[in-house]
Amino acid sequence: MVELVLSLESLILQRSPLPFHYRLLAAQTIMSSHNHPPAADITLRVKAIESLLIEKGIIDPAALDAIIDAYEHRIGPHNGARIVTKAWVDPDFKQRLLADASSAIAELGLTGFSSEHMVVVENTPEVHNLIVCTLCSCYPWAILGLPPTWYKSFAYRSRAVIEPRSVLQEFGLEILEQIEVRVWDSNADLRYLVLPERPQGTANMTEEALAALVTRNAMIGTAKVLPPNSSIELAA
Amino acid sequence: MNGPHDIGGMHNMGAIPMEENEPVFHSEWEAKVFAMSFATFANYFPVDETRHASELMPPGQYLSSRYYERWLYALELLITEHNLVTPTEIEERMAQLSQTQT
Repeated sequence: MVELVLSLESLILQRSPLPFHYRLLAAQTIMSSHNHPPAADITLRVKAIESLLIEKGIIDPAALDAIIDAYEHRIGPHNGARIVTKAWVDPDFKQRLLADASSAIAELGLTGFSSEHMVVVENTPEVHNLIVCTLCSCYPWAILGLPPTWYKSFAYRSRAVIEPRSVLQEFGLEILEQIEVRVWDSNADLRYLVLPERPQGTANMTEEALAALVTRNAMIGTAKVLPPNSSIELAA
Repeated sequence: MNGPHDIGGMHNMGAIPMEENEPVFHSEWEAKVFAMSFATFANYFPVDETRHASELMPPGQYLSSRYYERWLYALELLITEHNLVTPTEIEERMAQLSQTQT
């Protein structure tokens, strides 16, 4: 079995001239032939590395706690929601945001690690935008926090670029045939944010109340922003 | 590099796994792997090198591992390649820790 797996791995790695579906079969065989290492082993390995790095003065334990705390409690989609609502209520800002997102986001003081170079794409009645990172998990951390598991999954990464409409259906989002779907593949140097459409019936709402309607998925493009008190439920 | 990470357009990867009210990290080790990577990003190796390291994972292992297992692979590869820590030190420390735990 080991030999079989090795030869299958080399098939995939070398981009062999075999038809694509054979390579897929190979990938699936590999996937089902491996097991995750037990959680206890990983925990032990991580603890060992952590204690060594701290002992050698390479990392500071307080810095580790601060990083975890920041991403668990302070940095998240509420930052992105501020950008979106500002664009909804301030047409000049929206224009600057679509022309040069990095500078407009800097105006709000929301520039941060992993979000230095940004492009904002606008949803309209004619166009629906969807963001993916096919190669891994590039995502505007400072603006949306860390990506959810589905964004990092092999299924989303592989399928979003080849069958975006069926991917969106899985999120409960049916995009009409006449609406164009644009998929943006992020990379380490350039990351995207969707500017969703402002829902009907929100003309009198404050920026703060509007921001509460803007979800993470709406800013990735796997959801729309729903009007307040909407009874429609979408998938996570 | 034509590694296993280039999966855009691949078929048969199944349904998208969705989790309601997902925590930022699913366990302490995930949080620690993220934080240790983040803390070393700027100081010891650039992000591009980190990404490249995870792309060096053998395809079979890449496709069967979880997200932060791939980060751990990259972190371990980088800290050992840059001689911050040796593989022997890691193994010895693991043995030591497993003894004190039992």
